[in-house]
Amino acid sequence: MRPFRPYPLVLAAILAASSGAAEGLGDAEKGAALFEQCKGCHMVGDGARDRIGPHLNGIFGRRAGTQDGFAYSASMTRAGMDGLVWTAETLDAYIENPRALVSKTRMSYRGMKDAQDRADLLAYLRRHSDSPADIPEAEPTARPTDHDLDPAILALEGDAEYGEYLATECLTCHRADGSAMGIPSITHWPAEDFVVAMHAYKSKLRPHPVMQMMAGRLSAEEIAALAAYFGNID
Amino acid sequence: MTFNRRTFLGGSVAAAAALKSPSLLAAGHEKPRVVVIGGGPGGATAARYIAKDSEGKIDVTLVEPSRTYFTCFFSNLYLGGFKEMDELAHTYGALAMGGVNVVHDWAIDVNAEASNVTLAGGDVLPYDKLIISPGIDFIDDSVPGWSIAAQNAMPHAYKAGSQTELLKAQIMAMREGGTFAMVAPPNPFRCPPGPYERVSMVAHTLKKTNPTAKIIIADPKEKFSKMALFQEGWADHYAGMIDWIGPEFGGGNVSVDPRAMTVTIDGEITQVDVCNVIPAQKAGRIAEIAGVTDGNWAPVNPTDMSSRANPDIYVLGDSAQQGDMPKSGFSANSQAKVCANAVRGALTGSRVFPAKYSNTCWSLIDTNDGVKVGATYEPTEEKIAKVDGFISQTGEDDATRRATYEESVGWYSGITADIFG
Repeated sequence: MRPFRPYPLVLAAILAASSGAAEGLGDAEKGAALFEQCKGCHMVGDGARDRIGPHLNGIFGRRAGTQDGFAYSASMTRAGMDGLVWTAETLDAYIENPRALVSKTRMSYRGMKDAQDRADLLAYLRRHSDSPADIPEAEPTARPTDHDLDPAILALEGDAEYGEYLATECLTCHRADGSAMGIPSITHWPAEDFVVAMHAYKSKLRPHPVMQMMAGRLSAEEIAALAAYFGNID
Repeated sequence: MTFNRRTFLGGSVAAAAALKSPSLLAAGHEKPRVVVIGGGPGGATAARYIAKDSEGKIDVTLVEPSRTYFTCFFSNLYLGGFKEMDELAHTYGALAMGGVNVVHDWAIDVNAEASNVTLAGGDVLPYDKLIISPGIDFIDDSVPGWSIAAQNAMPHAYKAGSQTELLKAQIMAMREGGTFAMVAPPNPFRCPPGPYERVSMVAHTLKKTNPTAKIIIADPKEKFSKMALFQEGWADHYAGMIDWIGPEFGGGNVSVDPRAMTVTIDGEITQVDVCNVIPAQKAGRIAEIAGVTDGNWAPVNPTDMSSRANPDIYVLGDSAQQGDMPKSGFSANSQAKVCANAVRGALTGSRVFPAKYSNTCWSLIDTNDGVKVGATYEPTEEKIAKVDGFISQTGEDDATRRATYEESVGWYSGITADIFG
C-alpha cells in the first residue's frame, strides 16, 4: 500500500540539497583565535597544566570542579556535587555568563555574548577532549537536525517508502519477520499504538535508553512513516 | 505552511524533466553494476540491500574470500564459554538467493581509471560503483618483536575464526597460576570496548578453570571505552586477578619475544603463558591499492560514505575515516544502509533520503552482567558527528544488567539476519 508517490528525481534533488547539514559546534580555527582571550589563565593542548585556571584538556564530559589537584571555589565544587557536567550546552551557558551558572565562580570573565563565537570556541576546545570514535561515550560534537523543519520531509507524511528506508535502522535489532528474542517485535502493530509508543520514547516518558535515543531524533512524520511501513510489512 | 506538497511538486516537474537520466550511467551495458569488496557487516549489508531494494535493476557482485564468516562481535563470548564457534558462523547462501552474485575470491587490484576490480583467480569485474569494506589490517612493527609470522605463538584473535579458537585453546591449556598478558592497541582501532570485554571473558573462564591465574594488560591509552564500568565489574567479579597497566606505568612502552614468551613493559621483562597481542590498525590493504586512503584510513564524505578521493568508490566500516563513529560491526551495518540508499539513487534515480547513522556496543562482563554504550550520528560539513548518546551506569541493579545481556543476544540475532539475510 503506497498512498502517495512523489516524483522521485525531484525529491531526491531536494533532499540532497537539504540534507547533510547537522549543525557542528562551530569553526575550530576561529575558536583558536578566540582562545587568546582565555590564555591569560587557561592552557589547553599538549603539555597543558593548571595555571590561574585549570587546564582544559578533556573538559567535555568532566564533572565541574573535579580536575585533580586544582583548588576550585566552593561554589564550583558545589556545582559539581549538584551534578553539573561540562557539555556543549553547559559550557555554552557558562561562557556566555559564568555567574549565571556558578554564582561565585572565581573565573573573572564577563562572558562571551556572541553565540557564534561561543560555538567556535567550543569547537576548538572540543579538539582536546575525547573523540567519540575512540571512546563512544564521549560528548556529542554536533547538534541534531530537526527534521520537522524540513519541507521535503513534511511532504512525506505517512509514507511507507520513506518508512522502509527509516526502518533499516530499526532492523539492526528488531526482526523483520516479527520474532522476538530479547528484543520485542514491532511488526503489524495498529498504527496508533506504534505512534503513541514512539512519541512516549521521544518525550522520554517511556524508559529505555536506546529507544529514547532512536525515537528522539525522529519527527512526527517519520514516526508515521515507520508505523505505515511496519504495520503492513510482508 | 504555504509551501505545500502540491505546489512544491507541481513547480518542479519541469526541473525533473531537465535532469539527466541516471540510466545513462549504464550506457554500453544492460544494467548498472555494483561490486562490493568484503563480506562483513559493511559489505554484505550493502550488497544485500542494493540487490533487494533495486528489485533486479542493479547487478550486484560481492567479493569475499571466506565461505564461512565468523563475526568478530560476540567472539569474546566464545572465549568466555557463552557461545560456540558455530554460533558465530555465517554463510552467504541467503545473499545469493537474494540476487547477489557471491564470488569467493580475493580482490587484489582496483583500477580506478578503467573502473574494474581484478581477482586473485584472474577474473576482472567492471563496475559503475565500487564499495570497499575490507575491515582492518595491522600496522607492521607496531609491537616490536611481533609479526604475523608470530601469530600462533602470540595470537591477535582480532579477526575472528582460527585465531579465536587458538587463543581459547591456549587459555584452557595454561599452567595453574599462569599469566595471561594482553598488549592493547592504540586509538583508533576496531571495537573500542573489545579488548576489555575480552579480558572480562578470559577472567570468567580462568576463574572457573584456573582461579589463581593472573591477567595483565599493557595499554598505551589513558582512558578506554566503558572504563568505569569494566573496572567496577573487574573489582566485583574478578578481585585481585586483573592488573591494568596504563601509560603512566609504561603500558605504552612494550615489546614482546614470541620465542621466549616474554613481554617487556617499560624495560621490565615478564614471563607469560599466553600473550594476546592486538597490534595498531589501519584500513584493509585493498583500500590503499584502490587509492582511497590518506595515511592509515580512507576519508569519506559524511552524507553517503563515498570516498573523498573518488566519487565512484564508497568505503564502509572499519577502513573508513568518517568522524565520530566507533569502528564496529553495528557502525558498518548502519553506514552500509545509508550507502546502499545513495548508490541505488545514483544508479537508478530512486529516492535518496537524509543520512542517519547509529551505533550501540554491548559488552558482557560476567554471567548476566551486560553493559552498553550507544549514540546517534548525523553528517556535518566536516564529518559524521555524534548528536546524542547514552551509556550504562555504574551500580545498576542485577535485573537491568541481565536485561541488557538478553537484549544483546537479541541484537546479535537481529543484526546477523540483517547482514546475511
